Amino acid sequence: MTPLVLTLRARPEQRLDLAPLVPHRLAGMVAADIERIELQTTRRRVLLADVFSIRMGDAAQIRIEASCDRLDRIGHEMTGGEIVVEGDVGAGAGRLMADGRLTVRGSVGPWAGSGMQGGTFEIFGNAGDRLGGPIAGEIAGMRGGVVVVHGRVGERAGDRMRRGTILVEGDAAAYAGSRMIAGTLVVAGRGGPLPGYLMKRGTIVLGRNSDRLSPTFVDCGVHDLIAVRLLAGFIGGYSARAAKLFSRPLRRFAGDMATLGKGEIFSPA
Amino acid sequence: MHAVTVKGVRIDGTFAEAFGMRATAVVITADSVRWARQAALTMTGFATSVIGCHCEAGTDHDLTATQTPDRRPGVRVLLFAMSTAELQKQLQTRVAQCVLTSPGSACYAGLDGEERLRLGSALRYFGDGWQISKRLGGKHYWRIPVMDGEFVCEATTGLTKQAVGGGNLLIMGRTAQATLAAAEAATSAIAKVPDVIMPFPGGIVRSGSKVGSKYKGVPASTNDAFCPTLRGAVETALDPDTACVLEIVIDGLTSNAVAAAMRAGIAAVVKLGPRRGATRISAGNYGGKLGPHHYHLRELLP
Repeated sequence: MTPLVLTLRARPEQRLDLAPLVPHRLAGMVAADIERIELQTTRRRVLLADVFSIRMGDAAQIRIEASCDRLDRIGHEMTGGEIVVEGDVGAGAGRLMADGRLTVRGSVGPWAGSGMQGGTFEIFGNAGDRLGGPIAGEIAGMRGGVVVVHGRVGERAGDRMRRGTILVEGDAAAYAGSRMIAGTLVVAGRGGPLPGYLMKRGTIVLGRNSDRLSPTFVDCGVHDLIAVRLLAGFIGGYSARAAKLFSRPLRRFAGDMATLGKGEIFSPA
Repeated sequence: MHAVTVKGVRIDGTFAEAFGMRATAVVITADSVRWARQAALTMTGFATSVIGCHCEAGTDHDLTATQTPDRRPGVRVLLFAMSTAELQKQLQTRVAQCVLTSPGSACYAGLDGEERLRLGSALRYFGDGWQISKRLGGKHYWRIPVMDGEFVCEATTGLTKQAVGGGNLLIMGRTAQATLAAAEAATSAIAKVPDVIMPFPGGIVRSGSKVGSKYKGVPASTNDAFCPTLRGAVETALDPDTACVLEIVIDGLTSNAVAAAMRAGIAAVVKLGPRRGATRISAGNYGGKLGPHHYHLRELLP
């Protein structure tokens, strides 16, 4: 399959909204249609052909080259197919994604994978704040799928996450897994201050102990649980490095007792 | 159809008559194969015949650590019943009482399929609110806190309506010892066939039954035509020198699996020969009027 290739000519003068550029929306469109897609976020009109050079191919596989952090909402509501981005991207990448595969060979801005429902989102660089988290007014964040971050993540990764898996190979900033409703967040590196802040249910696994764990998490002791082995088997398919975390017994903390208290944080014993 | 003799063993020109059943499978794992087998053995106890036990169950085969979801040794258990509702009830009760209770155990779906039976999603209430739901990929597990840690159980398992119950072989010999040796050889061979179980003790039945009884309310009674001590008193099906008859009953997830198991059993009995084993193989049927699956022995010869 020959992919549809969009190459950014230069860093745009305004932030651009790339939400229309997903396989299901481009299906059946000819080059002239694609060139006329509007991407502006200000009153100044910007057509796709103004900022991208296009090499036509099958829209089920889209390749965005020379990307930069001014390109927002890449993979928005994606329902299938594949998008590969070479370079950094802006805010809301993979937001409300339902299926398919989104790969960013760079770093992503805030709210990446926000409200994601399915599919796989792989980020080779770092992720900004509120990875998978809800935007203002939404009750829940990520609801399914898998997000893999090979670098670091910002604050509140997995905020209000309800289902799905977030896998971070680097460190996490403060409040990782804040207000989690359920789901799984694995941080292979160090967890920043107050992981799992006000989490109700769900699982957080930390590769190295947090700088500061809330006193509202209670120590349940060191365990070698079957569920952790199942988790390791699942995660091993995405990151061998992260899967290694599960090769030894882990200490379980239950919390956040300031709220429902049925969540858990696993960390090295 | 006439009987044929293969290497000295006479094989009757008859057929085994079997019935459609509902079936499911689960995989039980534990820290050692010993404890996985123990949980499986306990779960499949008192499950020899739907007549008295409401289900038939047995172990299909052992699984190595590389074949199970949690990388521990395991056992695959098959469970058969006449209705989906009864199968659900038996599955839930048996896993709750026999697997949940077994040290270090975990329980997973052993069969794929669109139609599902509740497994962990029925047992989770034992957690009294402390149970944890975990979805990983396409799998859904329940984690139930127990006194040795957690009981992990997949939420559902598959159901098949293509299962067959009641495949059988009647093995006859001149002595009880030789007949048992032949039956053991057959069960060992059948145990290697996937997707089948032999629900009776060690896979062997010594009390084959016929439908009905002279007594009111008794659904099944001794198969007098095959009882050596009644030869002369009833219309016997036995040869003058037959001293013992043992039956092997086979349930399978598919009709092909039952046929493969019967073929393996016949081959093993023939291989042992009439001097050390059985002199004759037959099969039980109801004249072909009751069960839709007919396994003609002549078509299953080694």
